[in-house]
Amino acid sequence: MGKKPTQTDILQGTLDMLILQTLAPGPAHGHTIAYAIERRSEDVLQVEHGSLYPALHRLEERGWIASFWGTSENNRKARYYRLSAAGRKQLRAEMSRWERVVRAVNRVLRPAEE
Amino acid sequence: MSWRRFIRRRWWDEERAREIAAYLEIETADNIARGMPPAEAAAAARRKFGNPAMVREEIYRMNTVGWLESTWQDLRYAARVLRLSPGFATVAILSLALGVGANTAIFQLLDAVRLRSLPVRNPQELAEVKIVGGNHGMGINQQYGELTRPIWQVIHDKQRVFSGTFAWSVNQHYVGRGSEMRHFHGLWVTGDFFRVLGVQPWRGRLLLPEDEGACPVTHAVVSYSYWRSEMGGREPGTGTKTIMDNDAVEIVGVTPPEFFGMSVGDDFDIALPFCRQKEELRRDIFEVSVMGRLKPGSTLARASAEMNALSPGIFEATVPPGRDPRSVEMYKHFRLSAYPASQGVSWLRESYDRPLWLLLGIAGLVLLIACANLANLMLARASTRAREFAVRLALGASRARLVRQLLAESALLAAAGTACGIALARSLSGVLVWSLSTEGSSVNLNTAMDWRVLLFAAGVAVLTCAAFGVLPALRASQGQPAAAMKAGGRGMTTGRERFSLQRLMVVTQISVSLVLLVAALLFVRSFRNLMTFDPGMRESGITAGFLGFWQSNLPEQRWLDFKRELLDEVRATPGVLNAATTTNSPLLGSSWEHGVHIGALEGDSKFTWVSPGYFDTMGIPVVRGRGFTENDTANSTRVAVVNRTFGRKYLSGADPIGQNLRTIQEPNYPSTVYEIVGVIPDTQYNDLRGVTPPMTFAPASQLPAPGPWTGLMIYSNAPPAAIGAAIKRRLAARHPDVIVEFSDFQKDIRDQLAPERLMAMLSGFFGALAALLAMVGLYGVVSFIVARRRHEIGIRLALGAECGRVVAMVMRDAARLLAVGIALGTAASLLAGRSAGSLLFGLKPWDPATLAAAGTLLAAIAAAASFVPARRAARLDPMDALRDE
Repeated sequence: MGKKPTQTDILQGTLDMLILQTLAPGPAHGHTIAYAIERRSEDVLQVEHGSLYPALHRLEERGWIASFWGTSENNRKARYYRLSAAGRKQLRAEMSRWERVVRAVNRVLRPAEE
Repeated sequence: MSWRRFIRRRWWDEERAREIAAYLEIETADNIARGMPPAEAAAAARRKFGNPAMVREEIYRMNTVGWLESTWQDLRYAARVLRLSPGFATVAILSLALGVGANTAIFQLLDAVRLRSLPVRNPQELAEVKIVGGNHGMGINQQYGELTRPIWQVIHDKQRVFSGTFAWSVNQHYVGRGSEMRHFHGLWVTGDFFRVLGVQPWRGRLLLPEDEGACPVTHAVVSYSYWRSEMGGREPGTGTKTIMDNDAVEIVGVTPPEFFGMSVGDDFDIALPFCRQKEELRRDIFEVSVMGRLKPGSTLARASAEMNALSPGIFEATVPPGRDPRSVEMYKHFRLSAYPASQGVSWLRESYDRPLWLLLGIAGLVLLIACANLANLMLARASTRAREFAVRLALGASRARLVRQLLAESALLAAAGTACGIALARSLSGVLVWSLSTEGSSVNLNTAMDWRVLLFAAGVAVLTCAAFGVLPALRASQGQPAAAMKAGGRGMTTGRERFSLQRLMVVTQISVSLVLLVAALLFVRSFRNLMTFDPGMRESGITAGFLGFWQSNLPEQRWLDFKRELLDEVRATPGVLNAATTTNSPLLGSSWEHGVHIGALEGDSKFTWVSPGYFDTMGIPVVRGRGFTENDTANSTRVAVVNRTFGRKYLSGADPIGQNLRTIQEPNYPSTVYEIVGVIPDTQYNDLRGVTPPMTFAPASQLPAPGPWTGLMIYSNAPPAAIGAAIKRRLAARHPDVIVEFSDFQKDIRDQLAPERLMAMLSGFFGALAALLAMVGLYGVVSFIVARRRHEIGIRLALGAECGRVVAMVMRDAARLLAVGIALGTAASLLAGRSAGSLLFGLKPWDPATLAAAGTLLAAIAAAASFVPARRAARLDPMDALRDE
């Protein structure tokens, strides 16, 4: 679903991109991903960890990530996600789109500095 | 949206649930590691995660197909609701099943008789060649016989438009010898028959052009059913011979189970090739049906054009001999044309076409009443569920969703009713086919489900669902939640509007039931008229018989004497009061006609050659002159007895005695002068319904071209079955080679009334059903209105209204509905009656007595149906009714 563009689309897209980026170095499970996003944004981006899972589900459905059950660092079963080739391509596309948007927004906000 | 996900959404849900559990475990462990106490650690983990149920739900929703999911929900909810009121669901499904079942069964019959194609290769390419407008009764006409064999020969040799042609005819013949003999349904075909039709053998081989040799026939094939029942499934083509008529014939093959020949409703037993006789083919016997397969790309119009072009040559070359110049001239002007033959031919089509369409209409009306009833039930339910709907609306359900929910209930009912109806239709159509069959002619129809029947049933289901579901659903969704919640189901303020819809339904039911009751009474009375109709001759105690002695090898000059000897044997059988020979049994459909000249007048008369005891046997009085005696021999003056119509038509009322009539010559029947010696009253000729034609009887001894057979009419005081058996035994002992058949004359006549019987039976059944449904409907609505006016009636009673007045008040309400319904129904009956007119016997469709009877019956039923709730209203305890408030 989710074909219709809604107000959350940008945020959703952003969350998707963040997840993909987090997975770029290697496979990780949901708990790790959530903390990684929090940590790397220096706690600016506070996601409710639960909301990560529908996003993971959506990304997996689109074939950008793949999942498998594995064992966590402290020996617990966890579902790991890894970036697929299509996901890597998508990540590049999203990042360049994001950069364009950020530049554009910056230009609007600070025209003098240009 | 992914269908794979949709189908595996439950699996995914569990998978995600495990994943969430894994997260919580890890987070809890981390929290403990950070030094939290376990309980607090778990709570903190859950806080961090958010609401797991919401997350799961969100993922679950991602996996669903929205409309499908909600439709499924609606249906499941509807099923639960219906399970909660099993009484309502049962009544609804049963009444729908009856309605749909009856409609489908009748449609199945129509489909089998009218719409189904022959089970052969590309049936739509088949065309039949016929004379435009028929042959005007010229020559001898057999069932399905459209052309003579000489005509077929010329068509076969000259035509270019068909890739193949064939001729076929059906006839009853005999297997076995003498009294051992049995009938079989013979299918006579030209050599190309099976090849052109593209029928493949089931066993052995089918007939080929080389089988069409000189007479007698040596090879034959049998139908699958005959092979199973009479030959025990024995392998064909082993050289064993079967005696057919007088010839030894080898069975070389079996046709496939679905092949029944070319006439829908009949089943053939043995197919034999036409053979070439030594003498020339008769040009006056119209015995074959000629069909062809159009060449690819050719059309019926082109075939017709070619046949038309060939016609002059064909008819010029095949003029029957011994005809008067006028008939010859008419014959030469016949024109051939091609007609579609993909559905074969069928006598059932003529006899049952109108009755079946009419019955379909009647069954449709019954279904309409059932729908009106259901709509009423749904409305009543909707008003008792008003609170539920109000709550749902108040909680934010959209009205559209509510309508959909209610429609889901209707759809479920319609689907269940239709499924039961289709199951019911299977047995019903079997009963219908069985009721068409009579002892003499068994009807064999393929009523298996096909796409047309299923489409029909599905269409009916959708219509019924729309008919009884939509209006109540729309109505229910329009309530104002606040008002409904306040009123709480016991208010006095329920608008009249909802009632008026129910009143409309009841009026519809009453008027449609009246139409059906009128139809039922008309058809039942018409059938009764036929059953009690006096055809002018004796029916009961009469046995009709047939004796054939072509296996006795008697010389032709002995035939007349032998017939007399056989008749004497019959008369000497104990129990036989009287017996006579005849060339034609009356009232059983067959006809024998010659052209006659009376003075300067020319016309036609039916002819029957009978032995002296005929009029006594049949109880027909000779009102003027004399009947026949033993003194009327082959050598005495030709004498005749005519009926009154003959005298009226040809002698303009003058005394017929002593007048002469001269027959017009025909092959084997030279022009002969008969002196009229007696007059009989008008009797029916070959059926009960026809107008009596001019009829002539002549002595059997003076029959111009007798054959080695005779018909018999026997009057006895023992039952026909017993008499037939006794005569059979007697003749088998003395003349074992004689073929003997007997039947109960009265039963034969009644068997001819099978279409009328079917109409009477079914329309009677439907009429009763309609009346019952109307009664239930009226009862329901009056009860409902009374329940709604409980409070008001309570006040009236408390203020001193008498019971009688309350009853009258409620009944007056019902009477108004009844009056409107009956008025509308009468008008509709008069309109609808026109289509039934031709099927009625002895009464008109606007028969006032029938209309009055139906109206009275319905009024009585309605009074009974509304009296019960009215009395209940009158016995209301005012205290109870008011305390409710």
